[in-house]
Amino acid sequence: MAQSESRLAGRELTLAYEKRVIAEGLSVDIPDHSFTVVVGPNACGKSTLLRALSRTLKPTAGQVLLDGQSIATLPAKQVARTLGLLPQSSIAPDGITVAELVSRGRYPHQGVLRQWSAEDERVVAGAMADTGVADLAERPVDELSGGQRQRVWIAMALAQQTPLLLLDEPTTYLDIAHQVEVLDLCARLHREQGRTLVAVLHDLNQAARYATHLIALRDGRLVAAGAPQDVVTAELVEEVFRLPCRVIPDPETGTPLVVPAANRRAAARS
Amino acid sequence: MSTLSRTRHPRTLRVARFSVRYRPRALAACAGALLVALLMAVLALGHGDYPIAPADVLRTLAGDGTPAEDFVVHQLRLPRVATALLVGAALALAGALFQTLVRNPLGSPDILGFTQGASTGALLVVVAGGSSQALAGGAVAGGLLTGAAIYALAWRGGVQGARLVLVGIGTAAILTGVNGYLLTRTQLMDAARAVLWLTGSLDGRGWEQARPLAVALAVLLPLVLLGCGPALRALELGDDAASGLGVRPERLRLALLGAAVLLAALAAAAAGPVNFVALTAPQLARRLTGAPGPNLAASACTGAALLVTADFAAQHLFGDRQLPVGVVTGVLGGGYLLWLLAVRRRAGHL
Repeated sequence: MAQSESRLAGRELTLAYEKRVIAEGLSVDIPDHSFTVVVGPNACGKSTLLRALSRTLKPTAGQVLLDGQSIATLPAKQVARTLGLLPQSSIAPDGITVAELVSRGRYPHQGVLRQWSAEDERVVAGAMADTGVADLAERPVDELSGGQRQRVWIAMALAQQTPLLLLDEPTTYLDIAHQVEVLDLCARLHREQGRTLVAVLHDLNQAARYATHLIALRDGRLVAAGAPQDVVTAELVEEVFRLPCRVIPDPETGTPLVVPAANRRAAARS
Repeated sequence: MSTLSRTRHPRTLRVARFSVRYRPRALAACAGALLVALLMAVLALGHGDYPIAPADVLRTLAGDGTPAEDFVVHQLRLPRVATALLVGAALALAGALFQTLVRNPLGSPDILGFTQGASTGALLVVVAGGSSQALAGGAVAGGLLTGAAIYALAWRGGVQGARLVLVGIGTAAILTGVNGYLLTRTQLMDAARAVLWLTGSLDGRGWEQARPLAVALAVLLPLVLLGCGPALRALELGDDAASGLGVRPERLRLALLGAAVLLAALAAAAAGPVNFVALTAPQLARRLTGAPGPNLAASACTGAALLVTADFAAQHLFGDRQLPVGVVTGVLGGGYLLWLLAVRRRAGHL
């Protein structure tokens, strides 16, 4: 297999939870400076792939490469200065304030004799400003709304100051307005700060609108990868999701928009 | 109110490239608990059949006492007081670690079975007719073995808090039964000695009980506080978030559980299973510091203050009849637990 050009890549990954195999021989490349979105039906292995890329899950075979080196052999703190993760579910300790939670993102940059540098202070303030939670700094996290809380967790991941950031279903449990708000924020971080973003999303239309690079999975296999315009076609959606549909240009952005067929049984027969 | 709540927030001290972060109120809580512990220690050193005024106690500690004072303070009373301080600190630190690792205020060595395991080890030695040193050794071995067994039984591709609590409670129930059985196998004299040990007592504790604990605390306290404190705060956010921050959750959990089990086992070896200190002290410390997080240092200071106070009460508040300290901590701790449950239920948490 040719050495990959991108900083983050998975090579021949076999991913499994105990005996249950999710994917076998899966290889993916995350193009540098892309906003990559992983899509696919439920249980296709998208979150599992993200967990492997973030080394939260150890592959049974194959390896994840970060800057050409196997991520499993690198020191954990060093990886955490390059690769950040917004997990699907995190726990805010009782009574913690927004500023304190965001500050914990600085962990990989700190040490016993370097507990809170001026740089830490500056980066945390910047991360809170970028995500629009600066006004909430002294508020306890448990008092915030779902959308605000998600922005706080994103701020924590930003405070980690990593060129690569992985987001596992960042819009789950949010209403549509907050989903768009979080995705706009991600797009802005990608555009303005040049970070490489990898997100798992459920909504194919949101994925097509925001991603610069799509990875489509089914049953743990890579079905397609590329720009949304090339990947999101009626044939591919049917292959990946088993959903007969039409793909039309999004009237707002011109990106592909998936419209499920009205009479799907008829469409399936034709 | 606002000045009070501002003291909860972290401040920073920077010198050149180095920086230290602290919270004024948490520091004050540690200092306050430590002060109470030392005051009670001085009181306890002066109180008894041969009373010594606090000023004379301090003079004696400084090495200027009369031979009689010197004997009473250094030989008779200091080992007991030192053991109380160390056992309190060790139990509270173990409790704070367990509570953080299992994410449950009930995570405490006396509920998760480690203390019962130490008792089983000690009782086996009693049945076999072993010496007090052997009894302490049995308690340490019993606690550590139980810790290893609970960890292994709770393992399922990693150890999760709820599973560890359930396995621990099950183990505690089994070992309580085993301990009851072992008690019936002892001779009458040994049974009396065993029952006294099982309530947790500081009676007749000497330097040989205090020393292993002092060494363990001297090594583990800085290792845990400075070495693992920040990583433990990352682990509080959940395993995935912690591993994203560069912590290896399973490795950290194993190391800290090991430290906590060792502390609880050594504490049990020194004073028997003193109940509820490990449960109460971290909760109390949290309310004193008003800070989120494990509050390890404040817990250790609070635990020391709590146990030395409880032992003083057990010795002197009930007239001629001295009580084992475990009776006092049990009553205080049980009452505190009920109060906590009542308050929490009203607040809708439980």
